[in-house]
Amino acid sequence: MPAYIGKRLLAAIPVILGLSIIVFLVMKLIPGDPAQALLGSYATPENVARINRALGLDRSWPEQYVIWIGNLLQGDFGRSYILNRPVLDEVLERFGATLILAGASLVICSVLGILAGIVSAVRQFGWTDRIVTFFVLIGISMPAFFLGLVFILFFAVQWKLLPASGMYAVYGGGDLPDLLRHLILPAGTLAIVATGVVARLTRAAMLEVLRQDFIRTARAKGLSENKVIYRHAFRAALVSIIPVLGIQAGFVLGGAVYIETVFQWPGLGQMLVKAVSTRDLLLVQGGVLVAATVYVLVNLLADVAQAMLDPRLKA
Amino acid sequence: MIRNWKSIAPLLLAATALALVSPAMAQTPPNILVVGQIAEPASLDPHVSTAANDFRIAVNIYDGLVRNTPGTLEIEPALATDWTISEDGLEYTFNLREGVTFHDGTPFNAEAVKFNFDRMLDENHPFASTGPFPLAFFFSSVESVDVVDDLTVKFTLNEPFAPFMSNLASPTGLIVSPAAVEQYGADYGRHPVGTGPFKFEEWQSNTSVVASRNDAYWGGAPPLEAVIFRPITDANTRVAEMLSGGIDVLLETPPDNVAQFRDDANYQVVEAVGPHVWYVMLNAKDGPFADVRVRQAVNYAVNKESLVNDVLQGTAEVSAGPIPPAFNWAYNEEVAPYPYDPEKAKELLAAAGAEGATLTFLVTEGGSGMLDPVPMGTAIQADLAAVGLNVEIKTYEWNTFLSEVNPGLEGKGDMAEMAWMTSDPDTLPFLTLRTAAWPAEGGFNSSYYSNPEVDELLDHARLSTDPEERGALYKQVQAITHEDAPWLFVANWKQNAVITSAVGDFELQPDFSLVLRDVTKQ
Repeated sequence: MPAYIGKRLLAAIPVILGLSIIVFLVMKLIPGDPAQALLGSYATPENVARINRALGLDRSWPEQYVIWIGNLLQGDFGRSYILNRPVLDEVLERFGATLILAGASLVICSVLGILAGIVSAVRQFGWTDRIVTFFVLIGISMPAFFLGLVFILFFAVQWKLLPASGMYAVYGGGDLPDLLRHLILPAGTLAIVATGVVARLTRAAMLEVLRQDFIRTARAKGLSENKVIYRHAFRAALVSIIPVLGIQAGFVLGGAVYIETVFQWPGLGQMLVKAVSTRDLLLVQGGVLVAATVYVLVNLLADVAQAMLDPRLKA
Repeated sequence: MIRNWKSIAPLLLAATALALVSPAMAQTPPNILVVGQIAEPASLDPHVSTAANDFRIAVNIYDGLVRNTPGTLEIEPALATDWTISEDGLEYTFNLREGVTFHDGTPFNAEAVKFNFDRMLDENHPFASTGPFPLAFFFSSVESVDVVDDLTVKFTLNEPFAPFMSNLASPTGLIVSPAAVEQYGADYGRHPVGTGPFKFEEWQSNTSVVASRNDAYWGGAPPLEAVIFRPITDANTRVAEMLSGGIDVLLETPPDNVAQFRDDANYQVVEAVGPHVWYVMLNAKDGPFADVRVRQAVNYAVNKESLVNDVLQGTAEVSAGPIPPAFNWAYNEEVAPYPYDPEKAKELLAAAGAEGATLTFLVTEGGSGMLDPVPMGTAIQADLAAVGLNVEIKTYEWNTFLSEVNPGLEGKGDMAEMAWMTSDPDTLPFLTLRTAAWPAEGGFNSSYYSNPEVDELLDHARLSTDPEERGALYKQVQAITHEDAPWLFVANWKQNAVITSAVGDFELQPDFSLVLRDVTKQ
């Protein structure tokens, strides 16, 4: 197993390196530059040139890339041009917020999705299955940002039960209940779409397993139905559910971009949207790199978990 | 494994329920004002920033030597108690207020003033690297700043420059603590220290900027205990946060929501006209707009009344020229906006032989002072189509748009949207309508307008220290440019804010700042 993990980690390096080149190039190719954003409407060509020189943006692209990577290897992500603060500070701060949001949604969609999937598989074509399928379909087909606005309208504006935006109350907040209150709407919104997918795939996986011989054997041994389903069938189905959760982890990380904008959640997604529009090159590059690395690691984790459950995959 | 879930599920449910049941929406506490801003500030260093969004915070933390009297664009003393201007208009001597200290305890004196302006203007100043200072050109006529004595400071200009006092009253003229700049260097923008009515407390990235009452304020401590600025970029979310009680002041209400707040007794909509102009630059160098008749024709063809009333829902007024009515002493009342007259437009187009011309129109998706640029652009497109002009719209994100348009329209388009907010009637025409302000010369005259008479009037106006004479010159500029129509003149924005009934003595300023020193909250 360590050899397998090591091999996968090594394979991730070229992926991340390639990604760094793509992000770098994309940011170079889109029009508009940081000097422009920094100077606002008052940017004369001379001033733009002066700032580009000061930021080292007048050097050749390969030179800029090499300098960036060189600094990166020494743990220096550079300074955000627009925010004028270290990229790493900003990215880590934002990433913490995104992890809370994405983590909570992942927990919600895993728990609800798997439970719903099992229930509807066990009672295939029964009324619970139909209800679950109905809601799953709604969840999958509804765009998350729209759902977010609907939730804000009812829970925050109409019933005044939950805050519409932010991560903490700006006064007297900052404790766990406060965080939870602010977390419910964005995490719930983000989880709903993912829950549908998890539920559907769990249902399919469970149905597949329930048809197999060893389940008949287990039943024949006289095991209780609960034990058959949860101990034997679910365990076997988990092998195909876990990679789905890995993919969903990536999905909620990506989905966080617009959910963070709708709910003003101070996370990485919101930061990236703003950083792209202000051409804050180093901040975009740093943010994307960190997000991509985490994405690769999460998938690695999912693969390792799957391999542990299914010895056939270890080779 | 399943056994674990069964025990976790109730826990999760309990946590959720707890979060729901516990005092759900704490209303904002008394004496603490929560302001819903349109974005996270970029910097709270007033010399570095260019955004109205940042200035709304800065004017409460800092003072300038002078300021605009609330509700007007007239100058009144602030950190300077009085001043004298030499006969030739080249020397401005300020007497400074005694006993004022910055929030960090540094005394405010002539040295501090000198430090502030040298930092912006002298490239060899030890703290020049804490810039860039994009608006330093407001003070480019300053030759030197000299300390006469501890409480007297003298500015020497290299030529008479009439807008000097209004520029000193603009946010770029706010005075920062030299000791804090020395301490924080490039990080100063996140650790602002001024002499203003509120002291900076903390800046939590993307969550809030908190400023607390300065009990030692020279003008008397303000009634509010603290002000919290919350960045809420999405306009719908900002409205929702106002309706759910999360903020007390909502800035830049989307036009579609203004009526909703106006009709609700719990809220009050506050409005103020400001020195803002929204216009469309017309490429006078080449293409159909090189002919003045075509430029006049589009001014007749566009229904501006409908634009401000229907698209902008009454949040703006129709504009007549390059100088906004907020500068009442320089505004020419006799110049009326071009009336909506499609027939007249067609005649002019026929006379110029420009019927059926195809025009490229550069439109931005949004940006500082641009109001609702895409719907406005398409409305203009439809009006021009009605008189037989075929307008092709190209949209750009704001920063891209600026980097397309600022270097000049040649080769890129025939018309482009633009908006400006300024502190003096000089700034906008001087930077955008003079021949010497063509992009190649480093100005913002992207439509290549050129009229020697206007050039002369503008040069003359900034040398004159007699406001009446200046006013008369700008009135002539207004009349000539109206006739020459280098732009499609569209709108002057009425800025707005929504406040809850708990907020008192709230007023929006014509200079777009947000002065909170007298505001109360129950």
